[in-house]
Amino acid sequence: MVEVFDRISEIRDGKRVIVKKPELLAPAGNLEKLKIAIHYGADAVYLGGEEYSLRANADNFTIDEIREGVEFAKKHGAKVYGTTNIIAHNENIDGLEEYLKALEDAGVTGIIVADPLIIETCKRVAPKLERHLSTQQSLSNWKAAQYWKEEGLERVVLARETSAEEIREIKEKVDIEVEIFVHGAMCIAYSGRCVLSNHMTARDSNRGGCCHSCRWNYDMFQNTDDKNFIPLSTENTPFTMSSKDMNLIKHVPEIIELGVDSLKIEGRMKSIHYIATVVSVYRKVIDAYCADPENFVFKDEWLTELAKCANRDTAEGFFKEFPGVNEQLFKNHSHKTSHEFAGMVLDYDEESKMVTLQQRNYFKPGDEVEFFGPEIENFTMVVDKIFDEKGNEIDAARHPLQIVKFRVDQPVYRYNMMRKEN
Amino acid sequence: MNKPELLLTPTSVDDIIPLSEAGADSFVIGEERFGLRLAGEFSKEDVKKAIQLAHSKNKKVYVAMTGLFHNDKVDEVEQYLKFVHEAGADAVLFGDPAIIMARKTLGIDIPLHWDPHTLATNWYTCNYWGKKGAKRAVLSKELSMDEIIEIKENAEVEVEVQIHGMTCMFQSRRPLVHNYFEYQGKKLKVEEEKGKLYLFDPDRDNYYPVFEDSNGTHIMSPNDMCIIDELQELVEAGIDCFKIDGILKSPEYLIEVTKLYRKAIDLCVTDVDEYEDIADELLERIEEIQPESRPLDTGFFFKETVY
Ligand code: SF4
Repeated sequence: MVEVFDRISEIRDGKRVIVKKPELLAPAGNLEKLKIAIHYGADAVYLGGEEYSLRANADNFTIDEIREGVEFAKKHGAKVYGTTNIIAHNENIDGLEEYLKALEDAGVTGIIVADPLIIETCKRVAPKLERHLSTQQSLSNWKAAQYWKEEGLERVVLARETSAEEIREIKEKVDIEVEIFVHGAMCIAYSGRCVLSNHMTARDSNRGGCCHSCRWNYDMFQNTDDKNFIPLSTENTPFTMSSKDMNLIKHVPEIIELGVDSLKIEGRMKSIHYIATVVSVYRKVIDAYCADPENFVFKDEWLTELAKCANRDTAEGFFKEFPGVNEQLFKNHSHKTSHEFAGMVLDYDEESKMVTLQQRNYFKPGDEVEFFGPEIENFTMVVDKIFDEKGNEIDAARHPLQIVKFRVDQPVYRYNMMRKEN
Repeated sequence: MNKPELLLTPTSVDDIIPLSEAGADSFVIGEERFGLRLAGEFSKEDVKKAIQLAHSKNKKVYVAMTGLFHNDKVDEVEQYLKFVHEAGADAVLFGDPAIIMARKTLGIDIPLHWDPHTLATNWYTCNYWGKKGAKRAVLSKELSMDEIIEIKENAEVEVEVQIHGMTCMFQSRRPLVHNYFEYQGKKLKVEEEKGKLYLFDPDRDNYYPVFEDSNGTHIMSPNDMCIIDELQELVEAGIDCFKIDGILKSPEYLIEVTKLYRKAIDLCVTDVDEYEDIADELLERIEEIQPESRPLDTGFFFKETVY
């Protein structure tokens, strides 16, 4: 066990319990995703506004929406962080002060930030905001962490290239909050050090314009005389640079024992089904471990559950071992998910046992479906007769967002989700 | 008008004297362990020798410590910084703030140049690192002429701009070429292939040099930037230093290019009309010695980038 600045566990009545429970931090691509993330167990969410947030094409929040998100989060005891992690150009200086003040005013807890322009401006004009160093700075040593601590930052997000051992040493040597990525897509490059998109598509990757040029196919050639290019790849095996997605679910206990302060899930562009699934699994593992670390046993069903929303293979990044060929994707960068989000529960009538559900994908009587949500244990059932809002029987739930009703014997709750095997 | 400094990255100690004579004012050298994508590998002995040679010609030597350091290098970084200081280098290039911490611990005042590759994109942040001890900012290569000039107008630190050669587009910590060969079930001594491997992009008909070293995989620009005929605006704006990157170039090529840029810069300062008259000719002379596999372009100076 590490000696860190704040104690991680203590003995109560002869039993060790975790007293430092880390934050589970989830992406919020829009208001609906924010609410779902919090409802499914996130302690905090991060979101971006139009201008400064490195997701040029994600749904972005207006200030009013941020305010609404913060209110919702506060009501549920959760925090909201604003992502302002672009590497700014001169033209981005105008408007920055107003934006940071607006974030502070909207009640956001802090910002995730990479450029000292924004770090310093925030200190000056919005001092109530915490400042967390973004992974775009590729922070990977304790001396640099010490530097940012002395600069007054509350937290650093480490480079995805740091290992468990390195995280341990950083936590031991520096009294600063540490956040790490535990789940989701990752750059194959050092964050902030890739300008492929600038060259290939005239879009600035460090201001949200990344076109995933790393995942394109290239041919490799050798040239020793400045003239003849000799092919080293064949048509079937083009050169490509895709990383498998990160998945550290099995290491959550170790991450907690390392004293990591925040476990971050990537994916502001991901669906609510994805967010709900991933957040709820991490929530369960964190809670189970913290409640009774000595008797904790990892359940395979957690892995199965995560796999239901994954459309890419996963690996463990740099956490334990240096990634090699098996941690990359060559031919198929993504596949169909095993399950499909079929609907969201709006209401449930205990007496008639009828659910009111918003359709998210086609389903019909006779389909086997699975319900999940924070209040219930997952269960599967076969859909019986389906009715529309007016009570007319219909042959299938065909239309997106259509409101339908059918019988569900076990109680379900608002925001529970229904999925169907593909 | 201030005459900007002409900086070269030499391929070995042997380049110092001929490049000095060709017109270089300063050099960036170092070793792969601490610096990224250097034109040559300079051992500690080489560093000392290079400093001695350059100083004998009244030229400056800067040592690159631009790496992204992990914990295992923290102590070494401090020792190396001490060595560089004692060897008499004129400045150290850094990106990682661990260098600022090490300099403080050592209590030395060797000048720092902030060179974070892709992250030096606005004047405010250049000045921020200036307050932390940087004397100079080495600007990112993905900036337009207008952005560079606006940075210079607002900068409280010296401003360095690359005007010639290859630039880096991508660095991964992973050995991507190795992994690719393993995936194909083939073997290749990747270390011996530096400068020989290319990725071909059929949509753009571009060949990108790619190489691997202990810092990971590096993918480089398909063209060499060259703005020998467009220097005037930058000189007038007062840019403090022009860099020619020598990575994956021969000493003979670098000497020729240095001579031509020397002439161009001198004329920009002393006789602008004459410069305008011969600018096209200077460009043609570079085209003549340019390797066939490396077309010239003007980098990002006149490109519009959106996001
Ligand atoms: S191109 Fe790939 S490595 Fe580069 S920024 Fe985009 S996702 Fe990351």
